[in-house]
This record gives sequence, C-alpha cells and structure tokens, in this order.
Amino acid sequence: MSVKGEQKAISFRHVANRGAFERPVQPAGQVLRRLWTYMRPHLWGLLLAAALSILGNVIGLVGPRLSGRAIDAILGEGGVDFPNVFRYALWMVGCYALSGAMTYALSRLMIRISRSIVFDMRRDAFNRLVSLPVSYFDRHQPGDVISRISYDIDTINTSLTHDLVQMAASLVTVVGSLLMMLSITPLLVLVFAVTIPLSMAVTRYRAKRVRPLFRERSAKLGAMNGFIEEITAGLKTIRAYGREEAFTRRFDGKNDEAVDAFYRADRFACINGPIVNCINNLSLALISFFGILLYMGGRVTLGNISSFVLYSRKFSGPINEFANIISDLQSALAAAERVFRLIDEEPEPADDPEARAMDDVRGHVEAQALRFSYEPGREILHGVDFVAPPGKVVAIVGETGCGKTTLINLLMRFYDADSGRITLDEHPIRSLPRADLRRAYTMVLQDTWLFYGTIRENIAYGKPDATEEKIVAAAKAAMIHGYIESLPQGYDTLLSDNAVNLSKGQKQLLTIARAILIDSPMLILDEATSNVDTQTERQIQSAMLRLMEGRTCFVIAHRLSTIQGADQILVMDKGAIVERGTHRELLSRRGTYYELYAAQFQGA
Amino acid sequence: MKRVLAFLRPQAGWTALQVGIKFGSTLLELFLPWILEHIIDDIAPTGDRRQLLLWGALMLLCALAVFFSAAAANRMATKIAATFTRALRHSLFCKVTVLSSEQVDRFTVPSLISRLSSDTYRVNDMVDRMLRLGIRAPILLIGGLLVSAMMEPVLALIFLCTLPLIGGMLLLVSQRSIPLFAKAQQAGEELVRRIQENMTGVRIIKALSRTEDEKDRFSKANEAAVRADRQAEMTMAVANPMMGVLLNIAMAAVIVAGAFRVDRGLTEPGKIIAFLNYFVILQNGLLGITRIFTICSRGIASGKRLGEVLEAPERVAPPPPQEPAPEGHVVFSHVSFSYNKVKPDIDDLSFTLARGQTLGIIGPTGSGKSTLLQLLLRFYEPDRGQIWLDGRPLSQMAAEDVHSRFGVVFQNDFLFADSILENLDFERPVTEADRALAIETAQADFLKDIPQGALADLSERGMNLSGGQRQRLLIARALATRPEILLLDDCSSALDYRTDARLRQALAAAYGDVTKIIVAQRISAIRHADLILVLEAGQVLGRGTHEELLASCPLYRTLYEMQMGEVAA
Repeated sequence: MSVKGEQKAISFRHVANRGAFERPVQPAGQVLRRLWTYMRPHLWGLLLAAALSILGNVIGLVGPRLSGRAIDAILGEGGVDFPNVFRYALWMVGCYALSGAMTYALSRLMIRISRSIVFDMRRDAFNRLVSLPVSYFDRHQPGDVISRISYDIDTINTSLTHDLVQMAASLVTVVGSLLMMLSITPLLVLVFAVTIPLSMAVTRYRAKRVRPLFRERSAKLGAMNGFIEEITAGLKTIRAYGREEAFTRRFDGKNDEAVDAFYRADRFACINGPIVNCINNLSLALISFFGILLYMGGRVTLGNISSFVLYSRKFSGPINEFANIISDLQSALAAAERVFRLIDEEPEPADDPEARAMDDVRGHVEAQALRFSYEPGREILHGVDFVAPPGKVVAIVGETGCGKTTLINLLMRFYDADSGRITLDEHPIRSLPRADLRRAYTMVLQDTWLFYGTIRENIAYGKPDATEEKIVAAAKAAMIHGYIESLPQGYDTLLSDNAVNLSKGQKQLLTIARAILIDSPMLILDEATSNVDTQTERQIQSAMLRLMEGRTCFVIAHRLSTIQGADQILVMDKGAIVERGTHRELLSRRGTYYELYAAQFQGA
Repeated sequence: MKRVLAFLRPQAGWTALQVGIKFGSTLLELFLPWILEHIIDDIAPTGDRRQLLLWGALMLLCALAVFFSAAAANRMATKIAATFTRALRHSLFCKVTVLSSEQVDRFTVPSLISRLSSDTYRVNDMVDRMLRLGIRAPILLIGGLLVSAMMEPVLALIFLCTLPLIGGMLLLVSQRSIPLFAKAQQAGEELVRRIQENMTGVRIIKALSRTEDEKDRFSKANEAAVRADRQAEMTMAVANPMMGVLLNIAMAAVIVAGAFRVDRGLTEPGKIIAFLNYFVILQNGLLGITRIFTICSRGIASGKRLGEVLEAPERVAPPPPQEPAPEGHVVFSHVSFSYNKVKPDIDDLSFTLARGQTLGIIGPTGSGKSTLLQLLLRFYEPDRGQIWLDGRPLSQMAAEDVHSRFGVVFQNDFLFADSILENLDFERPVTEADRALAIETAQADFLKDIPQGALADLSERGMNLSGGQRQRLLIARALATRPEILLLDDCSSALDYRTDARLRQALAAAYGDVTKIIVAQRISAIRHADLILVLEAGQVLGRGTHEELLASCPLYRTLYEMQMGEVAA
C-alpha cells in the first residue's frame, strides 16, 4: 500500500501574525475622543465632581482666614477675646468638617463613575469578542485578550477620570492665581513667560517619546499573560516530563521582556515629576532674584514679593500635577489603543438584510463546487460537491487532514467558502440568518467543551429551559446518569477545572447528553464518541440512532462501524471527494475506501 | 506578605542608597524656601546685589541638585521595583510548576493566572510607589513634629494626642479594606474564566446561539468584580477626609489652647502663627502617609494572595515502605486511590511488568485507566499500597528521577505556540537521530509536507493541526528521548486504522526495549501486550494475555466480539 502524501491542511497563516501588534498607530486625539464617549454618559457626574472639587478648594481657602481671625482675637497676655477665639475655632471645625464631607462625597462619586466606565469598557470588549468570527479565536491567545480586558482597562481608569476632574478643578486655581499675580506686579509674571512654555515643551516632547514605551509595556504584559495562560493548561505534561525548570526559563524570557518594557517606560516617566518640579524651583529662584532686584530699584514692596511667591506656589502646584497627568494619560492612551483594537475587530459580517428566518427546516443540504483556503494560495478544498437529502446520513471519511473538519466549518458558516455555495432547503446559506442556520444543527465534537457550572447547566446548555425530567432522560440515554447520581451533589455538582475528575470519555458523554436534549433538524458528529469505550458506545448507540432518526446527519468517524449504515459515504482525499456511495458500493469498487477498510483487519 | 517582601532583601543595599538619596533630596528641597526667606529677610534690606547674585545662584544650584537627586532616586526606585518583580514572578512561576495537582485543583487555574499577572503588577506598583513617595511623607511628619516641639512643646503635645487617633483610624480602615481588595482580586478571576471559556468554546457557543447568554454571564461576573472593587475603594476613601477632619480639630484645639497660654503670658501670638505654619507641613506629611496606606492596602492584599501560593506546602515524602523491593520494572502492589476520598477510583490494584514488556489497559469510561497513569507519574499519592520503579519505591524517588524516565501522551495533550521542533524537543536534549526515528515511528511524516517542516510554528494549543496530526506529533514527542517507560493514554483515537496499525508495528520494531503502558479503547491496540488489565470501577475484572482473557473474562470477550464485529460486518 502506498503511503499517500498527506494534504497540507495545516494553516500557518495566523501564526505569522502572532505577536504582531504593529498596526498603524492611532493618533492621540482620536483615542481621546473615543475615551470621551465612555465618559460622556457621566457628564453631569463629572461636572458635579469638578464643582465639588472647586468648592472643596474654596472652603480650603476659607479655613486659613478663619484661623487668622481666631489668632487676631488673641491680642496678648490677658487680652484674649475668648468668645471670638471659641467662635472662630468652632467655625474652623465646622468648615473643615464640611470640606471633609465634600472630599468624601467627591471620592465616592469618582469611584462610582470610574468603576462604571470600567464596567462599560469591559462589557463592550467582551461583547465584541464573542461576536468575532471563529478565525479570530484560531489566532489569538486568550491570555492576551484577558490582559486587554483586565490590565489595560484598569490602566485606563486608574487615572483617567480622576485626572480629568483634577485638571478641571486646578484650572480654576491656575487662572485665579495668575490674575492675582498680574494684579501685584505684571513684570514678575514675565518669569512665567519663560518657564511655562519651557515646561510645556518638555512635557510635550517627553509625552511623545514615552507613548511608544507604554505601548510596548502593554504589549509585553499581554504577551506574558498569553504565555501564562497557555502554560497553565499544560502543567501536567510539563511535570510528566520533568521540564519545570526549562519552562521556567522560557517564562523568564517573557517575564524579562515584560519587566524590561515596564522598566523602560517607568524609568522614562518617573523623572517627569522631578523635571517639572525643577522648572518650578527655577521660577522660584528667578522670581526671588528679579523680585529683589525690582525691590532694590524701588519698584515693589517686600510684602508684594512675599505674596507673589505664595501665589506662584499655588500656581505651580497644578502645573506640577499636569505633568504627572500627562504621563498617566500616555499610559492610558497606550492601553486604550489595545482595548480599542479589540473593540474594532471586524465582527462576523452582518446577516444578509434580506435574510429570512427559517421556521421549518427540512434539512436538505447541497454543496456545489466548494473551494476554500484559510490563507490565500493554500487551498484546502478544491471544488467539493454533494447532496444530503433530508433525514439521510452522510458520512465523511478520509485520512487525517483531508479537509473533513474544514467542511464542517463551512457548513456551520464558521468560515465562508471562497467560491461555490452551500444551500439549505434550496436557500443559499449565506442568505440565512447565522443564528437560524446554526441552530438547525446539533454539533458534537471530539474536543469536548464543558464550562464552570453545574452538570445540569452543562447538559442543558443548548436548551436552558429544559425540564428536569428531560435532562435526566438525556443523561440516561447518554449512559452518564448513573455516574452523575454517584456524585455526592448529583446534577448540582460543580464542574470546576479539575475538582471533579471526569474522564475524557465521561466528558464526551456529557456533551452527547447535551446534544440529545437539543431537538434540531440536523446533526454534526465529528468523532463524537472517539473517547468513549466500545461497550459504552454500544450502549449509547440506540440513543444515538434515535438522535439521528429523521435528521440529516453529517458523521465523521474513524471507526468505520459507525458509518457503515450511512446512506452516503464521501471519501475525501487532499481536499476533494474521490469516491462516494454506500458502504457496499465502495467496497466493491476496491478503491481508497477499500484500502482504509482493509487496514482495520491488518491492525486487528 | 513577609514571604513576598523577602524578595527585596537582595537589594537591601540599593534600597538603602535609594532611601538615602531621596532623603537628601527632600532635605535639599526644604532648604529652598529657607534661602528664599533669607534673601527676603536679610539681603533685600541691605541692597547688596553681589550677595543677591550669590544666593540666587545658590538657589539655582540647589534646584538643580534637587532635580538630579530626585531623578536618580526615582530611577533607582523603578529599577529596584523591576528587579524585585522579576525575582518574585520567577519564584512564583517556579512554584506553580511544582504545585501538586491537588493544589492546582484547589487554587484553580484562572486564580493562578490572576495571581501571576494582575497580583504581581499590584505588588510591583506598591514597591515602586513606596520607594518614590514613602520617604518624603515621614520626613515631613517627623521634621514638622520636631521643629514644632522645640518651639512650643505644650502645643505640640496636643497635636501628638491626635496621632494615635489618626494611626488607629488608618489601621482600622486598612484592616477592613485589605480583605475587600483581596475579594476584588478574586472576583476578577471570574472574568479570566469567562474569557478563557468563551475563547476555547467559541464553536459550541456559536453553534448553539448562546452568545447572548454568554454576554449576560460575563456581565454578571463583570458586575460582581466592579462591585467588589468599588466596595474596597469606598472603604479606603474614608481615610483621607477623616484624617483631614481629625487634623483640623487638632488645629482648632491648638488655637484655643494657645489662646489660654497667651492669656496667661506663657507664649506670644507670633509663635502660634509660626506653629500653625509648620502644622501645614505636618499636614502634608500625614496626607502623604494616607496615600501610601491606600497604595499599600491594595498591594498587601495582592501580596497575601501571592504568599498563599509561595507558601503552599511542598510535597512530603511518605515513610519508606517496610516490605522488600519486588522484582520488575514497574510494579503496583495493592494500590488504592480516591480523588474525593469517598469512592475509590483505583481499588487494590497490583501488577508487575518486566523491562520491555507491554501492559494494555482497557475498560469502560471512568474505570480508572487514566488515574492509574496519574499515580504512576506521581501526580497524586496513592492512599494505600506501593508503586515500585526498577526496584525502588516511587514515593521515595526524586521528582526529576521519576519524570526523566517517562515518555507520555495524555488524551488531548498540551502543545504550545512555538515551532514544531520546540514542541517535539520539549526543552529536552534530543539528538537528531532520535528525533528522526521518533517522527518516523509516530507516523508523523506529514511534517515533510509542511513548507517550513519542523520549523513551522504551531498556534496556541496546536490548533492549526488536525486532531490526528496533533496525536502523532505528541507520540513523536514522547518517543524523542528514548524513554524507559512509555505511557500512551488513548492517544490514537483520532488516527485512522491504517495509520494506527503502522504506528503499532513501528513502535514494536524500533522501541522494543521500552516498557509500554497503553490505555486504549480498541482491543486491536493492545492485543499483543504481554499483560492486559480489564478495569471496571477501579477494580481489576480480568488479567492476562489476549488469549487468556478471551477465555476467562466475559467483558473482554464481549468487547472483542463487538469490535471484531465492527470490522467484519
């Protein structure tokens, strides 16, 4: 028997994209505008916050005046105006209590707003994620997506909302102090004509340079997370081979990159504060120097200089703050880019606007001249035709990688064919609502998928409103009821990661129970019982046959016994159907099918 | 937490230096207003321009010195935090790889992912900010206290009285908020789980049109996470305003007390004014300390979560067996094991395999086949009985010693996103010849048809290979180091009969000296084994060769007839 060269069903197209975050960089303005759309619903809250913050500042200014009055009432030995001292002291306490209450209200408000924005962003990111085409999931690491939805969104919000309010509030202080300084002596304000543009220029320049660093930081953390998520799935294998150290070294590589990227960004950003602080100190020095010169020239009084310095301190405080905010903002922007890139992924194309809901599916499936490639130039299916009449069983056989699973992908519209078409009851499937098309099938795959939830929820996943009797009946038919009953919590047992040690076969039986519960006109069984032992398989066979009865079925199986009764067997090789017919017809033809069949005896 | 902070110890020197520089920088900065005062008070009246120029220049110099020292201190802080995080994550990952399967089950995988990522960021943040902000505040506080105490000890005493109050309040708030922050982190794990599940189960979810329900489920998890986070933050938010109020009450008290003292001629109003000025500095210091408390509460909550992993107990070897070592390469003697310690999953199992022999295990779903392999790999310790490897008790052997002997293929085993070659070698020293033989034996000749061959990259979990290709690659991986013992757990289910048959023949021919334990559904996969165990519900229902079992074990015979019937029909 000649060893046939196998179909190159492997698609390596995605892998080349792995780690490619380098799509065109979004301009800061655009990212900011989009961030604003998340803040907009909280406009009133934000305004209230800014008002509270300003009011708090004002009350903060009243405090010192009250203490001043109180001290004024302390005239000297024996001459203390006690009623006034007490009065003003009391006022002070009241005033600060009020300001404390306002600070508290402000924090609560800001926490509420920022958490609500986090909620919205996470929701949008996740909702987009689940509406993406299957191809996205074939080429993105869950860990990286987790990092976007958790770390990046957190980064955006640790500072953003707070910073904005802070900026709005301190703007008032800045303008106020500037006016005061101008009224004292416009000449000295000239000092700021030097230092403010200087600090603005420096901040701008540094912001521009730090953004790519922050971008790198987010990306590397995402990559490390991707690695962690991937490796935790393989802990047992790593231990089985005793490769803990080697994989720790691999992790170290990712960790180093993440730590280094973090460090580079941080190292750059962490001197923003000192720089602006230095410029402020510079203004202070210049003000005192020129101020005293002016004083010596008799242009200003010492009192003037002293209050000018006080106001200039008030003035430079917020400027200092701005510098920090700008740096925070850069990290928020870099993180936001990654989040928006997820939100901007093309979802599955919308259903055809003409799409009509299918209410009564007979299950007549036809494929004509299907061609498909996962990546351009590497065609997987080269013109596949078949007709599956309602209620008939179509089996697909062929060597590993011949395109069987790809065909299923097309039937379910997980991917769309490059050319050719598939029709369901004479409607091209592209003209059907996806949800209707998919609901028309029940799918049992080799890779079982169970989620964190009770056994009951897992069985009823396709039919959440199923009654208890129906669920139990399905479990009984799938021969898993006995096992479930033997568990202390029965159907309420929580399927956590490993806590219940279900064998692969038992998992498969659960997914079969899930399929039995769904009453759809068509069925796809892709190695549905590959992990189930022969005896159990035999025992569930009647349930499977009942499941298949009257339904159009597509069956992929290696155990040819499963498919001998099929109405039609399609033998695939290298992305094309090379033989078709019933079991007997194909055997008598002595072709590829016969060879596959004969191999069973060789082994046995 | 202590366990986590211990990672700072190697950098104690650098940290001390950083703290020193920050200290100096802060003092220098406090020097600036003093110079200013000096210029205004002492130089301006004299009109001495040379002096003015001199002190002005000194101020500039001082500003620059502040800048350089602050920048250096900040950079060092970042560096220290980075080195700290690197070491912490490394140890954490190391620990995760050696956690027992039971421990992993208990932590859950999403939780380990969260701890390795988000909790380490938070601890990193804490260390970084502590070093950057944590020095200035205490200096301001202590400095302010000292100066004010020298000036007016009685008034300073009033202020001192509020300190325990403030300290107690901070302690109370952080004590309440730390568990809340830990809860928030825990709530975040659910998000990780939801995303993971949705990404791996996308086909089923889409097929069943459950996308909307998944959105709801995520929304609930999202809501819970946001609520937990909000609760923690809200609790923390009390600290700052409370402290402000307490401080200002103290300030009012100082004024009133000051008034009495002035009235009695014990002090002057001017002193009270000066005292109040220092009070502002003190206040700033305390505000800084509150901020640090906020950062720390979050960091400590995460640090505790990391500590839980780091301090998870190491495996303790059970006492060595009393009985003499039995003959044989792999020996199970009266082994029993139960996952939930209620119902046995393996019940009093014994068998002996000589080197080079093949053991076949067959039995219905959930009969304990895979569990047996897990015990042999020492993922779990048997509850009773002994397992012997080459005459040595498995429980007493070093982990590396055990694991270096095996080649294993689990059901749906793990492949990772890297080249096929890397997956084959799996970080082990593999010679060219061994690799080639392994590929040939595993029937993984499809590699030749891939353009880049073994250098081609796999996507995550090897999803760009078909099920059968994955299985053959996994088998090749198991063979690549010429292991002493080969464990195959139903690893040919996705192979067609022809490939499966070729695989078995090649395996027998090229790896004859390897002891093989094969779990299978198909009798054809194990019929040539030297010993076959038929398992049901953890018990041995039948043992012997194919022929013996056909005669002695009804279940085996039924299975055989069913499967032969399959083929012959």
